[in-house]
Amino acid sequence: MHNVEILSRIQFAFTVAFHYIYPPLSIGLGLCLVIMEGMYLKTGNKLYEHITRFWIKIFALIFGIGVATGIVMEFEFGTNWATYSRYVGDIFGSALAAEGIFAFALESGFLGILLFGWNRVSKGVHFFSTIMVALGSIFSALWIVVANSWQQTPTGYVIEGEGMQARAVITDFWVMFFNPSSMDRFAHVIIGSFLAGSFLVMSVGAWYILKNKHLSSAKAMFKVGLSVACIAALLQLFSGHRSADYVSKYQPAKLAAMEGHFDANAPADMYLLGWVHTKDQKVSGIKVPGGLSFLVHQDFKAPVTGLNAFPGEDRPKQVNFVFQTYHLMVTIGITLIALTLLAVYLLYKKKLFEQRWLMRIFVLAVLLPQIANQAGWYAAEVGRQPWVVYKLLRTSDALSKTVTANQVVFSLILFTFVYLVLFILFLYLLNKKIKHGPDVNENEEDDSDVFSKRNVGAIS
Amino acid sequence: METILGLDLPTWWFLVIGGLITGYGVLDGFDLGAGALHLFFNKEESRRIALNAIGPVWDGNEVWLVIAGGALFAGFPLVYGVIFSTFYIPFMLFLVALIFRAISIEFRSKEPMLWWRKMWDISYMVSSTLITLLLGLVLGNLINGLPFNEQHEFTGTIWTFFNPYSILISITTLSLFMLHGAIYLAMKTENRLYAKLTILVNNCSKFFILCFIMTSLATLIYIPHMTAEFKENPVLFALPLLAVLVVLNIKRNIDSRKYFTAFVFSSTTTAILLILFAIGLYPNIIISSTDPAYNVSIYQAASTTKSLKIMMLIAAIGTPLVLGYTIFVFWTFRGKVKLNEMSY
Ligand code: HDD
Ligand code: HEM
Ligand code: HEM
Repeated sequence: MHNVEILSRIQFAFTVAFHYIYPPLSIGLGLCLVIMEGMYLKTGNKLYEHITRFWIKIFALIFGIGVATGIVMEFEFGTNWATYSRYVGDIFGSALAAEGIFAFALESGFLGILLFGWNRVSKGVHFFSTIMVALGSIFSALWIVVANSWQQTPTGYVIEGEGMQARAVITDFWVMFFNPSSMDRFAHVIIGSFLAGSFLVMSVGAWYILKNKHLSSAKAMFKVGLSVACIAALLQLFSGHRSADYVSKYQPAKLAAMEGHFDANAPADMYLLGWVHTKDQKVSGIKVPGGLSFLVHQDFKAPVTGLNAFPGEDRPKQVNFVFQTYHLMVTIGITLIALTLLAVYLLYKKKLFEQRWLMRIFVLAVLLPQIANQAGWYAAEVGRQPWVVYKLLRTSDALSKTVTANQVVFSLILFTFVYLVLFILFLYLLNKKIKHGPDVNENEEDDSDVFSKRNVGAIS
Repeated sequence: METILGLDLPTWWFLVIGGLITGYGVLDGFDLGAGALHLFFNKEESRRIALNAIGPVWDGNEVWLVIAGGALFAGFPLVYGVIFSTFYIPFMLFLVALIFRAISIEFRSKEPMLWWRKMWDISYMVSSTLITLLLGLVLGNLINGLPFNEQHEFTGTIWTFFNPYSILISITTLSLFMLHGAIYLAMKTENRLYAKLTILVNNCSKFFILCFIMTSLATLIYIPHMTAEFKENPVLFALPLLAVLVVLNIKRNIDSRKYFTAFVFSSTTTAILLILFAIGLYPNIIISSTDPAYNVSIYQAASTTKSLKIMMLIAAIGTPLVLGYTIFVFWTFRGKVKLNEMSY
C-alpha cells in the first residue's frame, strides 16, 4: 500500500507538473492574441495581422499538447485515486463537469475557426473566435482551481456515512464555489499565466531584435508582451499577499512550513533566503526578525502558530522543500517586477531596444514565470500534506484499492517516456517556428528603421 | 425520491451520460475511423486531404469524451472510481494513444521529410485503431460483466478483459467507426480520392454488417441479462428491428452514393446500438459476473439529489451552447476540403 501511495503521488505530481507547462502559456498567449488582433482591427496595420497569425500557429502547438496532457489528468483521478473520487465526487465532480461543458467545449469549438477560418469567416467573426478561445481557457482554469481550492479550504458540505463509506456531500453550491481560497487563488493562477504567456512573447521578440531579424514585428510583439507583463507582475505581488493572508488563516501548518516556523506559539521571522534543518528545527539564513508576525498580525511581536502546535501526523514533512519552493516563487515575483519596470522606463526613454544585455535577459526570462508557477504549486500542494482534502481525508486513504504497485510502475515509466519524447518534439517544433518567424512581405514593412530595411531581404 | 417529468434524478443523469457517450461515438467515431483508414491512402495529397477533412473538428469532437468523463465523475463517483481503477492498464494505453494521435495530427505537416510524414501517418493510424479497439473492449466487458466482489473490487487479472465476447465487441466498434469515417471522408472529398473512397466505403460496409450480425447473435445467445429487459417488455423489440432497418439503409444510400444520408444513418446506428446496451444495463451500471447481488445500480452509485439537480441545471444551460457552436463550426467548414497555406 505504502509503495502504491508514493508511486501514485509521484505520478500525479509528474503528470500535472508537465500539464502545467502548457495551460499557463495558452492562457497568457490567449490574452496577447486578443490584444494583437484587436490592434489589427482597430488600426488596420498589416503588421499586427502578421504577428497575430504567427502567434496563432505557436498557440496551436502549445494548445494541442495542453489538451493531450490534460485528458490524462482528468482520468487519473479515477485510475489512481478511486477512493478520493468517491469521497469528493458529489462536490468535485460538478466543477469538473462544468469545466468540460462550459470551458473546454468553448475553446475547442472555436479553435478550429481560429486556426483554419481566416478565409472562411469575416474578420469580426474571427476576432470573436479569438476572444472565445481566450475566455474558454480562462474559464477552464476557473473551474479547476475552484475544485482544487475546495480541497484546500473545504466549505459548503457535510460528511455523510462513516469509515470507508464516508463521503462529502454538497449543501450549498455557491458556498462551495466561493470557498475561502478559491477567488484569491484563481486570480493568482490567472495572473501567473498572463506572466508565462507574455514573457514568451517578449522572449521571442527580444531574440529577433538580437538577431536583427523581423525588427518591426519584433518590437510590436515585445510591446504587447511588455504591457501585459508589467501590469501582471505588479498585480501578482498584491495577489500573492492575499494568498499568504488566507493561508495564515485557514492552513496555519502550511504557512509555518513556508517560513520554517517551528515554535508552537512565538513571534515568527520572515526569511529572504534560508535553509531549514528539519531535525534541529532551525533555519539558517537572512531574515527580517518578526517579519511573519508583522505580515499576519501587523505586529512584529505577535505570536504565530508554528509546526509544533500540530501532532506529527497532521503536518507536512518536507518543510525545507515547501520553504524553498515558496521562496523561489516570491524571489522570482520580485525579479519580474524589477525587470518589467526597468523595461518600461527604458521604453519611455526610447532606449529599450538598444540595450542588448537586457534583450539577452529577456530571451532567457521566459523560464522565470514557468519556474515560479511550478514552485508555487509545489509549495501549495506539498504544504497541504498529509491531507488530500484538508483536515478531512488523508492522502494515504485516498488511493484506488485494486491498483497494484506494478501497475503504477508500468504507467509511470510509460508516461515518463512519452512525455520526454513529447517535450523534445515540442521544443524542436517551437524552435523551428520561431526561427521561421512571421511571414511579412517587403512592401508591408512600415517601419522606417534602417535595420529593418536591411533585413527585409533576409526574411523572405 | 424526487422526479422530473416522471423520471428520478439518477435515471436522468444516466440518460445524460448515455447522451454524451453517444455524442462522443457519433462525433469522434468518424475521425477515429478516418484515422484507422489513413494508410489506405497512398498519395501524399490524399493523406493531407483526409487529415484536413477532420482538421477543424477533431479536437471539438474529443471534448465529448472529456465531458462524459466529468459527468460520470459528477453523477456516479463510485462507478467512475471502480471503472477507471479496474481498467487501469487499458486506460493508460488509451491515454497514451490519445496523446500520440493528437500530436500525430499536429506534427505531421510541420516537416517536409518523407520519413517524418510516414512516421506520423503510421502513428496516427495505429493510435486511432488502438483507441477504438480499447473503447470497444471496455464496452464489451461492461456489458458482459466482470468479477467484482462485495466491495466492488475487481478480482480478475488483465487477461480477464480478453474474453471472446469483448473482443468481438471491440472489433465491431472498429468496423462501425471505419464505416462511419469512410462515409464522412467520401462526403468531404472529390476526384481520385473520392473514387477510391467509394470502393473503401463498400468494403467497410460489408465488414460492418458481418460484425453486426455476429454481435447480435452472440448477445442473444450468451448475454442473458442483456435480453431480459426485452423479454419483459416486448415493445422494446422495435429497437433492434429499427437497428436492422437503419443498417440496411446505410447500405442502400452507399449504393446510390448519397453519402450525407448514409452518414446520418451510420450516426443513427451508433446511437441505437448504445441505446440497446443502455436498456440492457439499466438500472445497473456495473455488472458483477461473480454474483448479481454485487451489481452496482445507479441508485447506489449516484451523487446526492442536490448535486444532481445542480448538474442538471448546468447541463440544461450548457448543452444548447455546446450544440450551438458545434453546429456553427461544422457549418463554417461545410463542403469539400480545399488545401491552403494554413492546412495541416
Ligand atoms: C508566474 C507565477 C507566479 C508568481 C510570479 C508568483 N506566484 Fe504565488 N503561486 C503561483 C504562481 C506565482 C501559482 C502556481 O499560481 C500558485 C500555486 C497554487 C496557487 O493557488 O497559485 C501559487 C501559490 C502561492 C501561495 C500558496 C497558496 C496556497 O497554498 O493555496 C502563496 C502564499 C503565494 N503564491 C504567494 C506569492 C507571492 C507572495 C508572490 C510574490 C510576488 C508570488 N506568489 C508570485
Ligand atoms: C489536476 C488538475 C487538472 C485536470 C484534471 C485538468 C484537466 C484537463 C483536461 C481534461 C484538459 C483537456 C480538455 C480538452 O480536451 O480541451 C485540459 C486542458 C487544459 N487545462 Fe487542465 N487540468 C488540470 C489542471 C489545470 C490547471 C491548474 C489549469 C490552469 C490554471 C488548467 C487549464 C487548462 C487549460 C487552459 C486547458 C486547455 C488546453 C491548453 O490551453 O493548454 N488545467 N485540462
Ligand atoms: C497544476 C499544477 C499543480 C502542481 C504542480 C501540483 C503539484 C502537486 C504535487 C507536487 C503533488 C504531490 C504532493 C505530495 O504528495 O507531496 C500533488 C498532489 C495532488 N494534487 Fe496537485 N498540483 C497541481 C494542481 C492540482 C490541481 C489543479 C488539483 C485539483 C484540481 C490537484 C489535486 C491534487 C491531488 C488530488 C493530488 C494527489 C493527492 C496528494 O498527494 O495530495 N493538484 N499535486
